[in-house]
Amino acid sequence: MKTILKLATVRIRITLRNKTFLFFSLVMPMAIFFLYTGVLARGKPEAVRYWMGPILSFTVMGTFWGLSMQLVTWREQGILRRFRLAPIAPSSMIISSILANYLLIMPTVILELLLARFIYNVTSFGNLISVFVLVILGITAFGAMGLVVASVTNTMQETQIINQLLWFALIFLSGATIPLAALPHMVQRIGLFLPATYFVYGLQRAMLADAHWYTLGTVVVSLLAWAALAAFISSQLFRWEPEVKLPRNAKLWAVATILPFVLLGIWSNQNGKVLSTSANMASSYLGEGRPTENTPPADKR
Amino acid sequence: MPASSTGAAGRRVWRNGLQRHSVGFVASKAPAQEGDRYTSFESSTFNFEQLFSFFRLLLDLKLITENLELRVANLGYHRGFLTMTNPVLQVENLVKRYGEVEAVRGVSFSVEEGEVFGLLGPNGAGKTSTIEVLEGLRVADGGRATVCGLDPQRNPNELKNEIGAVLQATSLPDKLRVSEAIRLFAGFYKRTRNPNELLRRFGLAEKRHSFYNQLSGGQKQRLALAMALVNDPRVLFLDEPTAGLDPQVRREIYTIIEELKREKKTIVLTTHYIEEAEKLCDRVAIIDHGKLIASGTPRELKQRSGDTTRVEVRLAKPTAKESLCKLDGVADALEVDGAYVLHCQRTAPAIVALVKYLEAQGNELVSLEIATPSLEDVFIELTGRRLRD
Repeated sequence: MKTILKLATVRIRITLRNKTFLFFSLVMPMAIFFLYTGVLARGKPEAVRYWMGPILSFTVMGTFWGLSMQLVTWREQGILRRFRLAPIAPSSMIISSILANYLLIMPTVILELLLARFIYNVTSFGNLISVFVLVILGITAFGAMGLVVASVTNTMQETQIINQLLWFALIFLSGATIPLAALPHMVQRIGLFLPATYFVYGLQRAMLADAHWYTLGTVVVSLLAWAALAAFISSQLFRWEPEVKLPRNAKLWAVATILPFVLLGIWSNQNGKVLSTSANMASSYLGEGRPTENTPPADKR
Repeated sequence: MPASSTGAAGRRVWRNGLQRHSVGFVASKAPAQEGDRYTSFESSTFNFEQLFSFFRLLLDLKLITENLELRVANLGYHRGFLTMTNPVLQVENLVKRYGEVEAVRGVSFSVEEGEVFGLLGPNGAGKTSTIEVLEGLRVADGGRATVCGLDPQRNPNELKNEIGAVLQATSLPDKLRVSEAIRLFAGFYKRTRNPNELLRRFGLAEKRHSFYNQLSGGQKQRLALAMALVNDPRVLFLDEPTAGLDPQVRREIYTIIEELKREKKTIVLTTHYIEEAEKLCDRVAIIDHGKLIASGTPRELKQRSGDTTRVEVRLAKPTAKESLCKLDGVADALEVDGAYVLHCQRTAPAIVALVKYLEAQGNELVSLEIATPSLEDVFIELTGRRLRD
């Protein structure tokens, strides 16, 4: 425990001294915040309240970038080798990085909520406890996903390519940029296989429908299962040195992290509740399920 | 009490002997009528000379016995018995493979407490692989290794508390401050030394607020050494501690290692610098192509090349080394990288003979270098190659 806290403190210090971090964890989320609230929501409090779910999920999902890049850089530069000489378990390295990330992202999340409250006069954020439970789960789950990516890649370039692919899937197919209801029917069905969809959906349910976190069973359980699975697999695949070859089945292990969402996707596709609820939320807060002019018009249901 | 009485008798006889001598001496030099005081003075000077030679004899005897003890101890060490010492590190038949490549092929050695042990060999000889198995960073594919009685793979955490290491390819986060780095690592161990004191000792006190990426190469290496000592390790591993550093910084690192040596710290170091091995190590193992080809004290190893002088020459045209061998005063000749290395029993006649030979052949001498044999010669002799190939 002492080791984890020491490592987390040092990680926070190093990250705060890094200018790229400040850009990605403060400038970018702020840019997205003002883009969404100013352009998409046009400053209307009700619409801002609707878009807070996607804004917060952007901030939280960004963790996997930072974590995977840091782990790969540390391994490439031989920094992990030095840590390996000391009596430190891989799990301490993993837990400390997620803990540090949690403490680094929380202020941005709070800042975004405060800005929405005081600039756009959003009077209610629904059930804030649920929001924070989901944010904590999200940071752990998406952070652990970043660590899994870092475990199966060897260089910065590889990591960046995989991160880009994941990032675009997560933000464009999940309702984080375009409301799920406004997406083509086919894309909606694909979106139901993505953790990000449930994360955005959960945040919106908590904020718009005052849902208690324990009533968001599907979302909480799936994120929790995913976080646990990803953290476990990343500790199993953890490599201190780049030369260490991955076991042949390692990539299969990494793919196994998506298992909870494959099952959930099949279930949600048959059940249809997530899609109908998010369509309802979009129509009641944005009107007619047509939130912006960005929506592809041909694919409206 | 027979012993004491013989002692007393012996002393009496000895005193009488001196007395007799002094009387004789005085008698020959001065008349008997001279005063008592004068006689006693003369006799006393003479006594001092005798006493002095007696003490010298004792000293010689002491040196001889010490030398004998040392030889017996050495014998015991080499035979593996008679010794009371306990090796702190033991390696038996160690094997390490990377896919098809066998990097370490059955290396065995042991290191005593307080000893500085060097693994000398060219790049890619298997030194780093060996040392990293001992540090627990790599898993051996065969053989056995124990450090402080611990198996690096079975008891990794206990082992990590007992050892310190300076790795070859390693770094720290750029934006980590010197004092933060050493304090962070101090926090990982059960037993620790005062980080501030270590920084002072390694000349990093005024750099303690600097970021890691602001340090020079030498400062980074000194920090690595300070960090390796933060848990007050029983065994210190230094993997190529001076590789890539400029000569002045290298000397700084030597001074630090020599200081640690005086503190009787057990050190295992790898190097491909001859100078480093000769200067710092109590014992050296020469390693090549994953095999240990010779080991001993630097002196013992150098004695392998006999009492010869090394003469290295470069010639304008190649010549047969067999004919160089036959020259007066030359024991043997080797061809290494286009140069000829002659081991000469008598240097002057050998050089004269060489010059005459070259003149007769119509060959030219491009360069000539004379040196006493070094570990490099031992390496050349054993492998036919230079250390820095």
